[in-house]
Amino acid sequence: MSTAALHAEHDAHHHHKESFISKYVFSMDHKMISKQFLITGIIMGILGMGMSLLFRLQLAWPDEQFSILEVLLGKWGAGGKLDPNFYMGLVTIHGTIMVFYVLTAGLSGTFSNLLIPLQLGARDMASPFLNMLSYWFFLTSSVVLCISMMVETGPASAGWTVYPPLSALEKAMPGSGLGMTLWLVAIALFIISSLLGGINYISTVLNMRTKGMSMNRMPLTIWAFFFTAVLGLLSFPVLLGAALFLIFDRSAGTSFYLSDIYLDGVGALENIGGSPVLYQHLFWFLGHPEVYIILMPALGITSEVISTNARKPIFGYSAMVISLMGISFLSFIVWGHHMFITGMNPFLGSVFMILTLIIAVPSAVKVFNYLTTLWKGNLRFTPAMLFSIGLVSFFISGGLTGIYLGNAALDIQLHDSYFVVAHFHLVMGSSAIFGMFAGIYHWYPKMFGRMMNNTLGYFHFWITFITAYLVFFPMHFMGLAGVPRRYYQFTLVKEFDVWMDVNKLITVAAIIAGAAQVLFIYNFFYSIFRGKKAEQNPWQSNTLEWSTPVEHIHGNWPGEIPTVYRGPYEYSRPDREEDFYPQYIPDETSTDPLKSTKAAPAPDTKEPEVEPVNSVFFSALKRVFGWS
Amino acid sequence: MANHSTEASYEQQPVWAGGRSPFNVSYGKLMMWLLLLSDAFTFSSLLVQYGAQRFSNVQSPVTTLWPEPAAIFNHFPFLHGLHLPLLFVSVMTFILIFSSVTMVLAVEAGHRKSKKEVVKYMVYTVLGGAAFLGCQAWEWSVFIHEGARLDGNTFGITAEGAAKFKTLHFGDHFEWESAWRTNGPVPFAALFFIVTGFHGFHVFTGVVANIVITIMAARGVFERRGHYEMIEKTGLYWHFVDLVWVFVFTFFYLI
Repeated sequence: MSTAALHAEHDAHHHHKESFISKYVFSMDHKMISKQFLITGIIMGILGMGMSLLFRLQLAWPDEQFSILEVLLGKWGAGGKLDPNFYMGLVTIHGTIMVFYVLTAGLSGTFSNLLIPLQLGARDMASPFLNMLSYWFFLTSSVVLCISMMVETGPASAGWTVYPPLSALEKAMPGSGLGMTLWLVAIALFIISSLLGGINYISTVLNMRTKGMSMNRMPLTIWAFFFTAVLGLLSFPVLLGAALFLIFDRSAGTSFYLSDIYLDGVGALENIGGSPVLYQHLFWFLGHPEVYIILMPALGITSEVISTNARKPIFGYSAMVISLMGISFLSFIVWGHHMFITGMNPFLGSVFMILTLIIAVPSAVKVFNYLTTLWKGNLRFTPAMLFSIGLVSFFISGGLTGIYLGNAALDIQLHDSYFVVAHFHLVMGSSAIFGMFAGIYHWYPKMFGRMMNNTLGYFHFWITFITAYLVFFPMHFMGLAGVPRRYYQFTLVKEFDVWMDVNKLITVAAIIAGAAQVLFIYNFFYSIFRGKKAEQNPWQSNTLEWSTPVEHIHGNWPGEIPTVYRGPYEYSRPDREEDFYPQYIPDETSTDPLKSTKAAPAPDTKEPEVEPVNSVFFSALKRVFGWS
Repeated sequence: MANHSTEASYEQQPVWAGGRSPFNVSYGKLMMWLLLLSDAFTFSSLLVQYGAQRFSNVQSPVTTLWPEPAAIFNHFPFLHGLHLPLLFVSVMTFILIFSSVTMVLAVEAGHRKSKKEVVKYMVYTVLGGAAFLGCQAWEWSVFIHEGARLDGNTFGITAEGAAKFKTLHFGDHFEWESAWRTNGPVPFAALFFIVTGFHGFHVFTGVVANIVITIMAARGVFERRGHYEMIEKTGLYWHFVDLVWVFVFTFFYLI
């Protein structure tokens, strides 16, 4: 009896034993765990977004009183005005939630869990138990972070990077007390969760692929999740080391990160002799790979969605893989570009600068490959496709400013200004969240067996896309003019008065963007129960996950696991009538699944006619707006 | 879903059919390697912090040097007052390395599926680990007794002190002199406690895991399973902990 048949029998045996608890709560099924990650991530996302609206209100109308704030926040909004300390707390927790909880766990936790077994043809993750633990550590960590917002002295307020001394001295500011301790506990739990998830993802990718699924036939999503997991595995432990020393500095009287601090001409600290710059080195050794931990899953999802909806093979499959590899490697040796002006040898600065600028090469490879995949494709503008194209747009416009910021000399002016805020919110914030939306719209039928509403999806996309640019684009100009980030209000600096109107514009756009997410949340939860039933393969995609039954079962495939006969992106092959050729359809001509037949050469005809550029433009317009 | 894949993987390797298997190991062993890789980065970050603190700790004017480990760790149980530099820690290190040897023997016995020998060597390994932890506890308590604190360092050594210290011979009578008990670089003792403590925590978890595995082996769990791969996995962890100790030992005692 084959192993697969054994599995099938085993599954049939145990199917009826599932209770509510084992199915929905302590689930060890990767599909359920991915939904748990997604929904927790969405809830955290709502929180993070809500916080950004609160501090945007303060920035746009610093002297206004909003009585709603007092109702919402109690003493932190006394008199309808946001407390300055709480403002710092909001900025910190907004960053923490968005970076770690939404775009790390919510994005790669959801889609790695869902897609790695499904796209590789595995019954489940390598270790379902560790997978379950990974989610529960993540949830505990989220709960601890939420609790830290409710303590008497307020949440951690030292910025999401928690630099010492604000994070190391308990009395530095209100948020440096219990809030900071809880922040560290939450992050320690988060690191454990990410470690458990990471080793699971890597070993599943390496060890659990189905017959015929060689590494060079893996969908690019899987490659992206694989490199993401490697990055997390190697960079989070360093943050753990830094956090360990920070905890000792806070509570045991050591002074690893504390150097001389003088107040009124006398040393204010008993214990000195350390260096806060050391913490920054360690933090950014995690912090920079973290940027790619956030971005790479979104890039992988985009590769898949763009290729499927352009009905074309992805342009340059191996270039895509190699560029992911290059980005992963480079991400470990560029952390110093976050610290150009915090006291680093200028020679070291120029080394970091050169390495940073080299990252533009693999990133540009990815962008050009997306564009060339889209070029003359038979585009289908599903919501997922629009979000993917939106990602490419943000990746370009945010990535270009990265070249400015990577320059050690320019950074003297731009460091800690709104230019930085604009840069990273476009290139990793918006584009990663767009990748996440693309993934949700694309794989929703696989997750919940129902379709999301397309019209709401289009509204969601266009409003979010336009408002995201309205929010972040003007910030470039503010940053160039020297407006610093993280300030509570600018009314005392007359030079910045000219930016008041821009601040108002940004806040109004942010509120509209927030409202657009309500559409998404309504669409998401409504469709779980009332959406249109999904077909087997709604996007006519090639990859394995669409061969599983629409109703989830344990073990993913009812019978044997399908065998893979070819790469994942064989769309519009000239020798096929249909414009897609799923990986699991056997080859008539070849019996060995590991030997793929080459596509028949295109019939020898005259040169293809080149459409004039303006007609390409108009046909694109027609498709986008549905004119025909 | 949980159980079948765990058990099927070792003996029934054909589950794997996706072309060439990259490492040709079961996923469980691969996971252990990945965990160790990650842990290696944690320890590296700690040792990098040690290096950064040590080499940036230049106080001006330079009055004291980094403490001389041989002047501090020169005690041996029942032989108080004698200058026996690094003797005790050498014994500790020997015990730990030797427990690695018995671990190798246990793994080898596992390959021969000899339950009795596996249990015997695992018990030796557990004893070695526990003895190491005991030694570390003694070393720590002596160090604390002599005045080591997290928030300061009184083991600084002056240049004259260092010169004088060189004239001491192994087994000489030893007394603290002010030349090597001045205020020195602050993080010395704190680094020692955190890094050896973090390593000791790893040894502790290793001992607990080894005890669990020993009990499982003694009760015949692996015999019924048909293979002793679990011994190999905990063995990997145990060797890693030993290897890390070699680095910790080098940085804190020798350099």
